[in-house]
Amino acid sequence: MATKVFMEALSPTMEEGRLVKWLKNEGDAIKSGDVLAEVETDKAIMELVARGDGMLRKRLVGDGESRPVGQLVGVIAPADENIDALVAGAGAPAPAAAAPPAPAADAQQAAAAAPAAVPAAPASPVAAAAPPTNAPPAAPQPTPAAPAGDGNGGHLRSSPLARRLASERGLDLAQVHGSGPGGRIIKRDIESAQTAAAAAAPARAAVAAPRAASAGDFEDIPLTQIRKTIAKRLAESIGPIPTFYLTAEFDLSRVVEMRAAMVEMGDEFKVSINDVLMKAVATALAQHPEVNAHWLGDRIRQHHRVHLGMAVATPDGLIVPVIFDADQKRMSDISHEARELAKKARERKLKPEEYTGSTFSISNLGMFGIDQFTAIINPPETAILAIGTAQDVVVPHGDGFVTQKRLRVTLSCDHRAVDGAVGAAFLQTLRRLIENPLMMVF
Amino acid sequence: MCSEPSPLTRSVLHLRPHMAKKKPDSAKSSDAELNGTLLRSMLLQRRFEERCAEAYALGKIGGFCHLYIGQEAVSSGSLSVLRPDDYIITTYRDHGQALARGMTPRTVMSELFGRVDGCAHGKGGSMHMFDKSLNFLGGHGIVGAHVPLGTGVGFAIKYRGGDQVCVCFMGESVVNTGAFHEALNMAGLWKLPVVYVIENNRYGMGTALERASAIHDIYERGAAYNIPRAVCDGQDVFAVRGAMQEAVDRARADSQPTLLEVRTYRFMGHSMSDAVAGTYRSKAELDENMKRDPIALLRMHMHEQNELTDEALQQLDEEIKAIVQDAWDFADKSPEPPLEALFEDVLVDTTSDAISDATAEPVAAD
Amino acid sequence: MQRDDRVFLMGEEVAVYQGAYKVSKGLLQEFGEMRVVDTPITELGFAGVGVGAAMVGLRPIIEFMTWNFGILALDQVLNSAAKLLYMSGGQFNIPIVFRGPNGAALQLSAQHSQSFESWLAHIPGIKVVTPGTPYDAKGLLKSAIRDDNPVCFLEGEMLYNTKGEVPEEEYLVPIGKADLKREGDHCSIITSGKMALMAMQVADQLAKDGIRIDVVDLRTVRPMDVEAIRTSVQKTNRAVVLEEGWEICGIGTQVVDYIQRDCFDHLDAPVIRVHQADVPMPYAKNLERAAKPDVAKTIAAVRKVMYLD
Repeated sequence: MATKVFMEALSPTMEEGRLVKWLKNEGDAIKSGDVLAEVETDKAIMELVARGDGMLRKRLVGDGESRPVGQLVGVIAPADENIDALVAGAGAPAPAAAAPPAPAADAQQAAAAAPAAVPAAPASPVAAAAPPTNAPPAAPQPTPAAPAGDGNGGHLRSSPLARRLASERGLDLAQVHGSGPGGRIIKRDIESAQTAAAAAAPARAAVAAPRAASAGDFEDIPLTQIRKTIAKRLAESIGPIPTFYLTAEFDLSRVVEMRAAMVEMGDEFKVSINDVLMKAVATALAQHPEVNAHWLGDRIRQHHRVHLGMAVATPDGLIVPVIFDADQKRMSDISHEARELAKKARERKLKPEEYTGSTFSISNLGMFGIDQFTAIINPPETAILAIGTAQDVVVPHGDGFVTQKRLRVTLSCDHRAVDGAVGAAFLQTLRRLIENPLMMVF
Repeated sequence: MCSEPSPLTRSVLHLRPHMAKKKPDSAKSSDAELNGTLLRSMLLQRRFEERCAEAYALGKIGGFCHLYIGQEAVSSGSLSVLRPDDYIITTYRDHGQALARGMTPRTVMSELFGRVDGCAHGKGGSMHMFDKSLNFLGGHGIVGAHVPLGTGVGFAIKYRGGDQVCVCFMGESVVNTGAFHEALNMAGLWKLPVVYVIENNRYGMGTALERASAIHDIYERGAAYNIPRAVCDGQDVFAVRGAMQEAVDRARADSQPTLLEVRTYRFMGHSMSDAVAGTYRSKAELDENMKRDPIALLRMHMHEQNELTDEALQQLDEEIKAIVQDAWDFADKSPEPPLEALFEDVLVDTTSDAISDATAEPVAAD
Repeated sequence: MQRDDRVFLMGEEVAVYQGAYKVSKGLLQEFGEMRVVDTPITELGFAGVGVGAAMVGLRPIIEFMTWNFGILALDQVLNSAAKLLYMSGGQFNIPIVFRGPNGAALQLSAQHSQSFESWLAHIPGIKVVTPGTPYDAKGLLKSAIRDDNPVCFLEGEMLYNTKGEVPEEEYLVPIGKADLKREGDHCSIITSGKMALMAMQVADQLAKDGIRIDVVDLRTVRPMDVEAIRTSVQKTNRAVVLEEGWEICGIGTQVVDYIQRDCFDHLDAPVIRVHQADVPMPYAKNLERAAKPDVAKTIAAVRKVMYLD
């Protein structure tokens, strides 16, 4: 039984993918789960994974070519199976697999709600008589040997009930193993997925899923003439994003005191300087929506919710998981989430909805002893904060000197959206919060 | 349609000796009032059916339309001997009988036009004229299927011990159907008060009687069921009346059925989709038979009896044409049935639970 | 017949012979020849006689020795009884009952073993009733006789020997209402007629394995109790239809249509129908058994929709 390989929607907003490199050749033996190719999505390079066993009989796309989501890019089948019919139909895209419509900011809800368009397998009535020579037809039809959930080229098979339950419970069908015929996801699969999820939840309260995006979450500022001019001329002079950099150095004394006081109460109250910084940045962003913004080409979208992207170094490269509504979260939650996301990032287990949707990003190279650096803005965001290492510095104090823990941050700004004074004002607020951390609860 | 006829021929009435009570020649009536009633009845049917042909051609009547032109003596003659509490059931060629029984031209025409003022509120059409108040039981489309129904009416009459009669009209092709056979057998077996009137117009659609039936004197089939049988000239309204009266009397008095073959002729095609002549019957044959126009025959008789002047006839004709025109206008103005009517009268909501417990009085059959 | 003089029974062998299956035993003696009428072998004819009598106010019960022969009378059921009310614009209702055994018995061979509920249920203007237990049979027959519409009453030779509790007193079972013969939340079996007995056996057997079945005995197939089907399948999320007739356009196809319409988001598996094999009924005992639905086939169907095997 042949398995069709489709260009899959590997990120929620992907409409087209570029097959960067095939990792398997025609004639290679394939097992379900093998990585077939690298595909560049709109966001990152992702892996295209085999969903069936057999031989890679045909590659319908060459290295470097692009295809829309849903189009056939390859066929896995037993060596002797005739796949001419399959290949002939390669032009037509398959019926919609999992590509959900992308809401304005939040993709997570969409992933849970997107049903596979394939209906459940047609009813096969058990006829009351087999040909007389056979044994009584009491046994139901044998289920195919294909692994659950796979074997059908990316089409999710699920019973209507399972789909409804998954939607109600916010479960992503693509993540549920189907134990029914042909990998159909049925009610008991949803139930076991849910108990598994419940069992795997961390001991501390699970972080609630962000509430769904709504139209009140942002407002669009139309471009003034000055703004258009700045955008155009600065883009011409410095490249796609006319960036400028603002550096500020903060006194961490009070942060250090605060940390020490918390740890005195118990190890469970320990937070890192980065955690404090993230909380402070999130708080400051809530007060400065002009820096918590996206450049959309013909307008600037100022976000009222703060989704903080946190750059994480992984063996493969940089990825930026998101802490949603960071300004609404307690420092301890931010701390916990940050650790979880970083771990997932390093284990390459981040889901697309976990690394998309940020309104502002921060990058911390302090652990590498970098005093200060300039980070590159994560478009369509309009700013990014680079955090350097915290170090002891001797500073004048009164008539003498005193040793202070200090830290330098550099704010990269997209001048099309953010002017110098705007960025500076943000840093001012940030300084006030970091140097007077109690102001964060004000 | 009032062409000069040939001399009025005697009616032909063959009766089996054991059935003949009196000579049928005296069936001709000298009752001027009766004759006038008969003429009016027949002429109404004629003018009505003529306008139906016109209405059909204009698209006001749709579907099937089977005209009675040429057979008016059969309906008027036979129905004129019935009581109001007698029953009539017939085939799809039912306009004539409906009018002769007393259904108004307005209700019949409205039904033909498919309007809400029709006797069946537009739900039946040409083949399904019904009027419960006149005990007119339709108007049936399946050839032969209504003969068991008529037999059942006879059964009910006997069940209740009444002396009503059920008159069951049918075409001559019906006598070959299984339903006819089964029904007549039961009528003869159980002795039911039903008069089965075969309107033999010689053609079952396009097939002549001689090509469809193993015997041609089809009233003889009554012998197979051991029931009284007779034949008469269907173009002579008095012959029809006479034969009918005998059968009705027999049914009322003895609860005996009769198979009465009435030999008639239809001047139009089988239905509006059928050619008048030239396909299965020749124009010459048609012309020959049209010389025995039943209305002309009656008219001539009345003329001989000095009961009818040309002026009176003219006046009568004008009056009837006006009645038919009125029916046309009325039908035309009547609205189509409302869409809700689509789902009405499929089932009734009632039960016979007037008696809701076993202790109440049982319901009597009549 | 005691309560209403207008009711009479007509059919082959109903009077002197006391009924081919003894259903009318003793009636001739009690009610006489006019009310218990033996007919010649003329289904079309006497069915029509019944309709004609009903047109003028009597309440006939027309018995077909089996519904296999009732087909000869189908023209009267379809074109007369079902249509007269509508065609006459509401003037003539037909309070008639056509009744007789329906479906297979044992080794009666092809022409005497057929099920007609889906043929009749197709027709607007009549009701079609299919009792499966003695209690339901009495109550439904009384309702059918009292109904002022034509009612086709489908019995079963195999049912005539079924024993069950039947109260002495007068009671009615409403036409058009199903009955939950067994209750459970794992799977629905929707059925009617003599298959209801089989469904109960299936449910009782599965109960031993801890599988709890809702047995929905429709009792009437026109009009069908859609509410009962919906309630059951929405509760259990899976359904098996157990029917006596053949596969194509059998009565179960209508049940499945109601389910897919009203329970789409509640279905965890496709609906399975258990029915007679798509062949004329053979005579040989083993072939007949293989052709008919049975407990084992029904259990297998239930297990399949529950993904148990």
